[in-house]
Amino acid sequence: MYAQMVETGVKSVKTSTEMSSEEQAFQTRIDADIKIEPKNWMPEAYRKTLIRQISQHAHSEIVGMLPEGNWVTRAPTLKRKLQLMAKIQDEAGHGLYLYSAMETLGADRDDEVQKMHEGKAKYSSIFNYPTLNWADMGTIGWLVDGAAIVNQVPLQRTSYGPYSRAMIRVCKEESFHQRQGYEILLHLMREGNDAQKEMVQDSINRFWWPVLMMFGPSDANSPNSAQSMAWKIKRHSNDELRQRFIDQTIPQLQILGCTAPDPDLKFNEETGHWEYGEIDWAEFFEVLKGNGPCNKERVAKRKKAIDEGAWVREAAVAYANKKQQRNAA
Amino acid sequence: MKRFDDTTELLLQLGDSAMIQAQRLCELVGGAPALEEEVALMNVGLDLVGQARNWLEYAAERIDDGRTADDLVFLRDQGEYRNLLLVEQPNGDFAMTMAKQFLFDAWHKPLLEKLCNSSDERIAGIAAKSIKESSYHIRRSSEWIKRLGDGTHESHERMQRALDQIWHFTFELANPYELFNTLDTDNIAPGIKALCKEWQAIVATILAEATLTQPETAENNYLSGREGVHTENLGFVLAEMQFLQRAYPNASW
Amino acid sequence: MADWTLFEVFIRSKHGLNHKHVGSVHAADSEMAIENARDLYTRRNEGVSIWVVPSAAITATATDEKEALFDPSDDKIYRHAGFYKLPDEVGHM
Repeated sequence: MYAQMVETGVKSVKTSTEMSSEEQAFQTRIDADIKIEPKNWMPEAYRKTLIRQISQHAHSEIVGMLPEGNWVTRAPTLKRKLQLMAKIQDEAGHGLYLYSAMETLGADRDDEVQKMHEGKAKYSSIFNYPTLNWADMGTIGWLVDGAAIVNQVPLQRTSYGPYSRAMIRVCKEESFHQRQGYEILLHLMREGNDAQKEMVQDSINRFWWPVLMMFGPSDANSPNSAQSMAWKIKRHSNDELRQRFIDQTIPQLQILGCTAPDPDLKFNEETGHWEYGEIDWAEFFEVLKGNGPCNKERVAKRKKAIDEGAWVREAAVAYANKKQQRNAA
Repeated sequence: MKRFDDTTELLLQLGDSAMIQAQRLCELVGGAPALEEEVALMNVGLDLVGQARNWLEYAAERIDDGRTADDLVFLRDQGEYRNLLLVEQPNGDFAMTMAKQFLFDAWHKPLLEKLCNSSDERIAGIAAKSIKESSYHIRRSSEWIKRLGDGTHESHERMQRALDQIWHFTFELANPYELFNTLDTDNIAPGIKALCKEWQAIVATILAEATLTQPETAENNYLSGREGVHTENLGFVLAEMQFLQRAYPNASW
Repeated sequence: MADWTLFEVFIRSKHGLNHKHVGSVHAADSEMAIENARDLYTRRNEGVSIWVVPSAAITATATDEKEALFDPSDDKIYRHAGFYKLPDEVGHM
């Protein structure tokens, strides 16, 4: 999940009688699954929460380019290089779709990006883990994008129109990412030598728990979920999505011939679900706070690009102004 | 240096130049001056790797010693690479990145135009597909040359400095090349002898529009990328690009 | 990028169809907006035609927009899930 903990600023969900007539009309519209569009009236908390959620999601796409950028210059074949370049490019594109949806809420992209650079806005904790071997390119596609898709598919039905439409386009384009990743790993496991197979298991060992953390804290520790679900900007609980992801992933893991680094993992015949061990939430909160393995490097790299690009952007504006004056003359 | 037949040499020049230019673009991931530019730079990179693959697949078939296009890219050492010296130079700031891209595009597009009329149908086919992409590349890079050249004082200074620094690597683009004579006569690349003049004309036009001063004529620096005599930079580009194939010989990816 | 203008992007994906709103881009001028829109919104198909309009120049009612989707082309096949051959036992992915 790319937006892991989104503050709503709301202590408890209002009942119908506590709502103003505008709020009632708004909630009725949402309950009837009619999309909210930029010009429609909306509660300020809804607008602000959405800005936070969509910008977190967008920041995640943009920072998410970096772990893969780390290997794009070292991709082992032309085919793999093209696939990875296309995937990274899609991520930049998806970030832009999402910023574009966010801007319909009156937020400014530069301001929101600035907040991320100052550590005030979050992005998904997963991108603060390093990519150390080539198999990580497979694992990111299969597990990280896989987890993101589980989250994003329901968001196609989210109540805010521009966000919903951005998610539809993202999901449509992203369908290749997960398969691309899985195919990388499958190839290494089936055609690879021992060193390559070790790469795969090493990669899964490092990414397994951080991927499960992508869905955010357990439901008991998600104080903002109720309001977000009432507004239909979140459609399923964190634990529900996490369980769905694990249930679909374990059979794929078995086909790979790999294991998960979780001794407590077992299938419950009665419930039909996979049970998993305790997630290290202390690590999750630390990484989210900025103390993960790569937080500082990731943010510094993004900040440097935008800061050092200032003269380029200024030049483009100056040139545009000159050209306009010449045309007017 | 082992020489192949003239057509194969041309294919290697095209494939290797596109490949190394794209490899330098890959280094820029996450570092572009605007988010829109990330998408744009990667578009150019994708086009160029695709073109490199097409040229090198044909080259591999002609060399016919069992090597594939991947082998040519990932297992040749720098002395066997035939790319232009220009494209192996470091990205530098965005002015340098765009200067290199534009000077390359101004050579690449007219070359592809000529190859569309090649008597070799395979070459004509690849060129016809590539020309659409490269026409867009030069449109974009020449716009940036004008924006930066005629933008702010700082951008003008940076653009001028980039041109001054990189200019001596344009010797290969601005001067006649022996191989071109036979390629022209044999109709493999009809009209290619005129390429250096066309490059000069395109560059002169855009630099003038961009209010930039064209540096003095580039002198021969006794290197020749097309003959396999490179700068020190290419070895490092290849060390990175070829890492996995070198570290895990004969592995399948 | 405070000084770059926000442009709304409209794309005609096939001959005979209307231009459709697909989103927005930031750019210094309209030429750059066209290029950025081309690079961002036509990665999977060749849009036949692109319009860009400064967002500030649009007057809108509160009516809903229609969904804008792109039909993928066959050009860059590695972007499509079907390109990746997985064994049947993997099932749906």
